[in-house]
Amino acid sequence: MFDFSIVSKWFHDLLTDFIPEWLVIGIECVIVLLFIIVLYAILAIALIYLERKICAFFQCRIGPNRVGKWGLLQVFADVFKMLSKEIIKMRQSDRMLHDMAPFFILTASFLTFSCIPWNKGLEILDFNVGIFFFIAVSGIGVIGILLAGWASHSKYPMIGAMRSGAQLISYELSIGMTMLTMLLLCGTMQLSEIVQQQADYGWNIVRGHVPAVLAFIIYLIAGNAECNRGPFDLPEAESELTAGYHTEYSGMGFGFFYLAEYLNLFICAAMAATIFLGGWAPLYFPGLDGFNTIMSYIPGFVWFFGKAFFVVFLLMWIRWTYPRLRIDQLLSLEWKYLMPISMFNIILMAIVVCFGLTL
Amino acid sequence: MTLEFTTIAPSELHAEMLRQKNEQKMDFLVNLIGMDWGEEGLGVIYMLESTETGETINIKTVAEDRQNPYIPTVSDLWQIANIYEREVYDFFGIKFLNHPDMRRIFLREDWVGYPLRKDDQTELLNKLRMSDAPLSDTTKEYFLTPDGKVAEKTNTVWGADEYVVNVGPQHPSTHGVLHMRASLDGEVVKRVGLVLGYIHRGVEKISESLTYPQLLALTDRLDYFSAMQNRHALCMCIEKAMGLEVSPRVQYIRTIMDELQRVASHLIYYACMTMDTGALTAFFYTFREREEICKIFEDNFGGRVIQNYNTIGGVMYDIQPDFAAEVKKVSANIRKRFHEYQDIYTGNIIAKNRMIGVGKISREDAISLGTTGPVGRASGWMNDVRRRHPYALYENVEFKDIIRTEGDTNARHWNRMEEILESLNIIDQLIDNIPEGEYQAKRKPIIKLPEGSYYQAVESSRGELGVFIESKGDKTPYRVHYRSSSLPLANAMDTACRGQKFADLIAIGASMDFVIPDIDR
Amino acid sequence: MALIKKPNIKSIPYEEFKDNETLEQMIDQLNENGTNVIVTTADQLMNWGRSNSVWPMNFGTSCCAIELMAMGAARFDMARFGFEVTRTSPRQADLILVCGTITYKMAPVLKRLYDQMADPKYVIAIGGCTCTGGPFTKSYHVVKGVDKILPVDVYVPGCPPRPEAFYYGMMQLQRKMKIENYFGTVNRKEIDAYKREEEKKEKEVINTEQEA
Repeated sequence: MFDFSIVSKWFHDLLTDFIPEWLVIGIECVIVLLFIIVLYAILAIALIYLERKICAFFQCRIGPNRVGKWGLLQVFADVFKMLSKEIIKMRQSDRMLHDMAPFFILTASFLTFSCIPWNKGLEILDFNVGIFFFIAVSGIGVIGILLAGWASHSKYPMIGAMRSGAQLISYELSIGMTMLTMLLLCGTMQLSEIVQQQADYGWNIVRGHVPAVLAFIIYLIAGNAECNRGPFDLPEAESELTAGYHTEYSGMGFGFFYLAEYLNLFICAAMAATIFLGGWAPLYFPGLDGFNTIMSYIPGFVWFFGKAFFVVFLLMWIRWTYPRLRIDQLLSLEWKYLMPISMFNIILMAIVVCFGLTL
Repeated sequence: MTLEFTTIAPSELHAEMLRQKNEQKMDFLVNLIGMDWGEEGLGVIYMLESTETGETINIKTVAEDRQNPYIPTVSDLWQIANIYEREVYDFFGIKFLNHPDMRRIFLREDWVGYPLRKDDQTELLNKLRMSDAPLSDTTKEYFLTPDGKVAEKTNTVWGADEYVVNVGPQHPSTHGVLHMRASLDGEVVKRVGLVLGYIHRGVEKISESLTYPQLLALTDRLDYFSAMQNRHALCMCIEKAMGLEVSPRVQYIRTIMDELQRVASHLIYYACMTMDTGALTAFFYTFREREEICKIFEDNFGGRVIQNYNTIGGVMYDIQPDFAAEVKKVSANIRKRFHEYQDIYTGNIIAKNRMIGVGKISREDAISLGTTGPVGRASGWMNDVRRRHPYALYENVEFKDIIRTEGDTNARHWNRMEEILESLNIIDQLIDNIPEGEYQAKRKPIIKLPEGSYYQAVESSRGELGVFIESKGDKTPYRVHYRSSSLPLANAMDTACRGQKFADLIAIGASMDFVIPDIDR
Repeated sequence: MALIKKPNIKSIPYEEFKDNETLEQMIDQLNENGTNVIVTTADQLMNWGRSNSVWPMNFGTSCCAIELMAMGAARFDMARFGFEVTRTSPRQADLILVCGTITYKMAPVLKRLYDQMADPKYVIAIGGCTCTGGPFTKSYHVVKGVDKILPVDVYVPGCPPRPEAFYYGMMQLQRKMKIENYFGTVNRKEIDAYKREEEKKEKEVINTEQEA
């Protein structure tokens, strides 16, 4: 398996030969920043295109096919349009908070985005408390949504924001619980370490068998809710609240929400891939050496993206199949079912780990 | 076959109505029609029906004073009268004594005059105003003081401390431009008020200046999902007045078309219901089949949504030779795919939770609210016009009464779903036996109806749709009134939504399946 | 020098569209002002983006709205052309398809919806009722033509028009969008007058608010 840290180390050493250490770190930060922004944009565009095509196929339609080959340029056209749209300033809104809200959401998704280990040795933020950091920064998004609803000075965004607050805070618990379950198995919070373990001993979802699968399912449900996507898209329930918390946003203000929605989807999927499906670790079958060798020639980031997009597809499948829940059903699902199950699941996992029942 | 009226003076009206309701069991107020008889004065026609015995009675009352007409309300006896009386007040200016809420409902609150009065100068007095329509939170109630004078008091509709959310007039789930004002307590709906008239096109007033064949064009545009049935009702009403018999071929064609239209309408209902509850994919499933029905319509008479097919004494064009084969193909297709609708939506636990036990209407409420059609039948009230007053070929075909007793969203949904199959059954019974014959009866170019009042109802896709025509023997009608099938459904929203969640308001609204132009006319 | 070229719609020849004269007249007018090559190229890029991403608003008052639904559904699938995302919030929409009769009570609401939309915004009048009042011209409560209250870009007559007619109207609009200037000059003079009036009104409102 190719270790990307060799490249970064070589680059770092190369620069330190010529320029002082602090400047090197500065340059590297800029490069990393550019890398994140570009990747962020590309992923968002790819996801939007995917969503349109996938949903079209579910709905016996064709989806975009006029702009560019197979409609590939459709999203670019949307971006150009959105950039040139007027940004409406409302007299009665709280102007500063209204303008700030999209940036909170973007910040949250950027910070969580940088936690993801893309390849062996290719991580941007890699603490020893990586998962803890991930959960902490993903909470910032709630503030953005609440602000957007509050500052719009309008009833529908307000209802949307309140729903969203209740929803995100509840489902964050389940996400935390499932991650805790997997931490018991891994014994570390460092994301790179978690993936390395999986590369060595097998994917967590296999290694942790029953409790891990349970945790995976709960994570998918809670993650879907965390991204505000159907069937949990209550905060922006189109048929009820017109466009929910971002009803009053136009132009790029809305564009940021739109981007962040898709990126959050990807981050949710990427985390699932990292924690449960082995991140960049290839698929190994014990005993099949020839197969395993071929698999290890495939670069890690391909594995990672493959897994992440597989989860993305699962989430899209769910979104385009189920009707929307009602707010009380949504909360009772979390507090009456998912929470107790995930608590029980932690104990189960503890037993499994204690008695060495892992595979 | 002109209608017989029992005339009662306004002063005795309320006592008589009470007697009718309690002793004669006239528990269903079919229609409440405001009238302007010129010199005689303004008045109201009540059409009552007993759900037990099936007897009907028509009562007429006249207020002679044109300046200040007062008639006692019957809104305490039938809930539906509340909105009907507001309509009459809006169009004729008849003030109903003891009615709790005498605001305009269709026209702007600052509208001058009463448009359906014969002497009204509406068009001169009311120009297009671009200021926002005023929405008052208070209303007037007129009542008689003990010494016989009329006094008024102010009632509050929406309190200052209520969190009132305006659902509509532009809202994705009101299926048009219905404006509901919902008072919320958190997510719980405390009550719902209606503001109508955003698509009030004045069809009844225009009709008074059109000849009978010209009238036909407007009916399709009322309830566009029941275009065929609307026009069928009007044609039958005129034919009844003329004493014209249509050929069996026409009867067959009309019945089949009505049922096809019903299937198409219920398919759209399903699409809207799923979209409103957030299942976006299910929306496309029924639209697929609806396109096939639209194609049959298009092949036979050119129109997809609005067909302009029925005419007085027949239909516009003869059916195409491959009509029967095409219909059979579509019918088989829909049966084959019927399970898909359940697989993707109703079979789903989320959808079940969203529908079962939500938005209940009891049988008594349903009758009192006059919610005919699948909605009433979901509350256990058998109100099918095809059974009560059979028309066309419905006496000759066999069909099941689809009836449920739960009265919730789920019952309404399943009633419509099963009606699709039942309509296909009716079509299958008829499609092979269409007799030869002429598709249009010969008639004089100018139609004059004999003096009198005529009423004909059909079972449209969403309930009883009635056409009332009063003729003075001219080539234009004196008064045309449509008994809207959707207005009672929209009016029932308040009863169904109280205490439910805001999201349920949308789902209940979808399950009522009202069509706004039909409400507003 | 003619910098703005004839607009091109994929797989439909220019000649097959009707009313090309109006379009050519518009092109001539815009070319008279004269712009440089760089700006025009940037314009073309912008126009390409805009014309291929027209998000209509979910608006309908009566029968024509059903054909709008049919247009979104599987057989006609408007997602193919980039009209995919029907926004329910006017702030995020580019186009308002006025589907169905507009009455006196609805007119102020429609106007408000239009005002709430972000620039650049376009209006298509769908159906006989919105073009002229249709069968309801005799009515006391119907606006006889939506152009009395909004600046309409394209008229699509019919009662209701078929989904194909919707597309034709949308493509005419796309053609119109493709010859617009984004950087620098003014596109539509009549809208400017409209806008000026709006701004004046808004200023008045702000003044009265400040005084209060």
